[in-house]
Amino acid sequence: MDYRLELRNVSKSFGEVQALTNINFQLGRNEIVGLLGDNGAGKSTLIKIMTGYHHPTSGEILFNGQEIDHLTVAKARQLGVEAVYQERALAELQTLWRNIFLGRELRNQWGLLDVNQMKQETYRLMNQSMGFTSSAVNPNSRVGSFSGGEKQGVAIVRALYFDAEIIILDEPTMGLSLKETAKLIGFVRDIKRAGKSAIFIDHNVVHVYNAADRIVVIDRGRIAGEFLTKDITLDTLMEKMIRVAETGKLE
Amino acid sequence: MSNQTKGSTSAANPPYKETFTPGRFARAYGAQLGILGVFFALWIIFIVSAPDTFLSSRIYFAFMSTIPFFAIMAIPLTMVVIAGEMDLSFPSIMAMGMVAFSFVYNATATSIVSVSTRVTLAFIAALFCGSLIGWLNGWIIVKFGIPSLVATIGTQFFWRGAVLVLTEGKNYTLSFVKESFLHPGLVGKIGGYFPMQMVWLIIIAILGWVLLNRHKFGAHIYLIGDNVHSAELMGVNTGRIRIQAFMLVGLLSAFAGVVASFHVAYFWPSLGDGLLLRTLASVFLGGTSVFGGTGTILGTFLGAFIIGAIEAATVAVGLTGFWTQLIYGLIIVLSVIMHTYLRRRTE
Repeated sequence: MDYRLELRNVSKSFGEVQALTNINFQLGRNEIVGLLGDNGAGKSTLIKIMTGYHHPTSGEILFNGQEIDHLTVAKARQLGVEAVYQERALAELQTLWRNIFLGRELRNQWGLLDVNQMKQETYRLMNQSMGFTSSAVNPNSRVGSFSGGEKQGVAIVRALYFDAEIIILDEPTMGLSLKETAKLIGFVRDIKRAGKSAIFIDHNVVHVYNAADRIVVIDRGRIAGEFLTKDITLDTLMEKMIRVAETGKLE
Repeated sequence: MSNQTKGSTSAANPPYKETFTPGRFARAYGAQLGILGVFFALWIIFIVSAPDTFLSSRIYFAFMSTIPFFAIMAIPLTMVVIAGEMDLSFPSIMAMGMVAFSFVYNATATSIVSVSTRVTLAFIAALFCGSLIGWLNGWIIVKFGIPSLVATIGTQFFWRGAVLVLTEGKNYTLSFVKESFLHPGLVGKIGGYFPMQMVWLIIIAILGWVLLNRHKFGAHIYLIGDNVHSAELMGVNTGRIRIQAFMLVGLLSAFAGVVASFHVAYFWPSLGDGLLLRTLASVFLGGTSVFGGTGTILGTFLGAFIIGAIEAATVAVGLTGFWTQLIYGLIIVLSVIMHTYLRRRTE
């Protein structure tokens, strides 16, 4: 079976702490997978393995059926993985344009930064995708002065700009207003429509249920179960989530 | 990079134009404007209180002759500080570079006749030695995760100690370097007035500005100092960039060591000893934050000239030399307060 991304028997420990145990996870082509689990279940560790930030203690990572030996953030990005992290990964003292192109600056033919091009692209993204209308915000604004929703907007637009095949969203609705959240859910559906894949983590079960094709439940570093959203009602899913949190078992 | 052409600026969205407003300009360049203000204010004070000294060109040629010795090192040190790190070992690297210089010069005595060639080889050895020590600083800091302040206190002692052991504490003449083309090239005087070390400082400052503001390396330096965790999540190799920054300090410290030694054509094993605090003061006076993430080359450049001018100015103004340190301290403290205030206003 040809998955976009597959983890086989992946385990990860930080010293004494076993964060993940024998995780088998697949992300299909054009599939949106919701990742649910309580705080500390290992969701963030799992996605940071997929983005190459953490390296698994054991197990294999496959992209398009091919095993990738030593996955780094740079390699994952080349393979088309983009992430919106819970902690947003912004540099708050730096300008907006520097944040958009963080780690992947555009360069001209002399190998120097193409500052003008980056500012132009930032301005275009601001108007078209981020919906920044305030005249106080321009490509030279420092990100530290933005509101929570604006910062999240920067993190999301950055992931979109680089035409990713797999988009990972870790708690993207955190700090967003109701309107911004609705926009975000619409954006996850757009990923589906564009034929791409996504992994969507959120505390809010309703958000995940509304956007995902399949839901994977993680508990204490193990996969507790998975469901297709079309086979399960929201109420049943909620009940199961509470049961997992209390007993560690789905049934 | 295949993924950077997602549409170009369309007609529906007019391209971004930077509109100039005084407020925006002040916010973007607050730190530089602040230090420029201090620079000119002090200059006017100096001219008014000692017009004979500060209206003649002689004092400026004297400044341009001695300030580059530490200003050259302050440029790469600015980058290290912006990256949120610190380096205290550069004065020892200055001396250690000269030890490598002497070693290669003496070792080639029998095999190479031309003094010029020997001096050139020795010069390259000094630069190589400086870069290597810088690399080692960076490697210790990155590999073992030791705070750079602590690590470079250690290496500072170690390399000064190595200089003393290897030279047995002896000083010696370098009068032979005057036979080499490198002597006029590094410390000669253009037209009999303008010191070459000033030309090198300007070249290094411009290259430093380009590296910091128009190169990926500089972008990553700012990023690491701002938020190292974000930098790692975004795929920046934070270890490699930091090691490169320390190598740059090593390289240019060795260069400054050669320039300072050529200037007097003499080697002292204590070379660089008085320059530690002046160099650091230049960086902080120039508005670079000790917390990392902000700082400019122009600020450091002006900071170095303020630091370098105070000593001469104190005496020219008619105060005794005892006043120098007091005035140093006053200007540094006031400037750092100003920078902190400006930073809060612009963030």
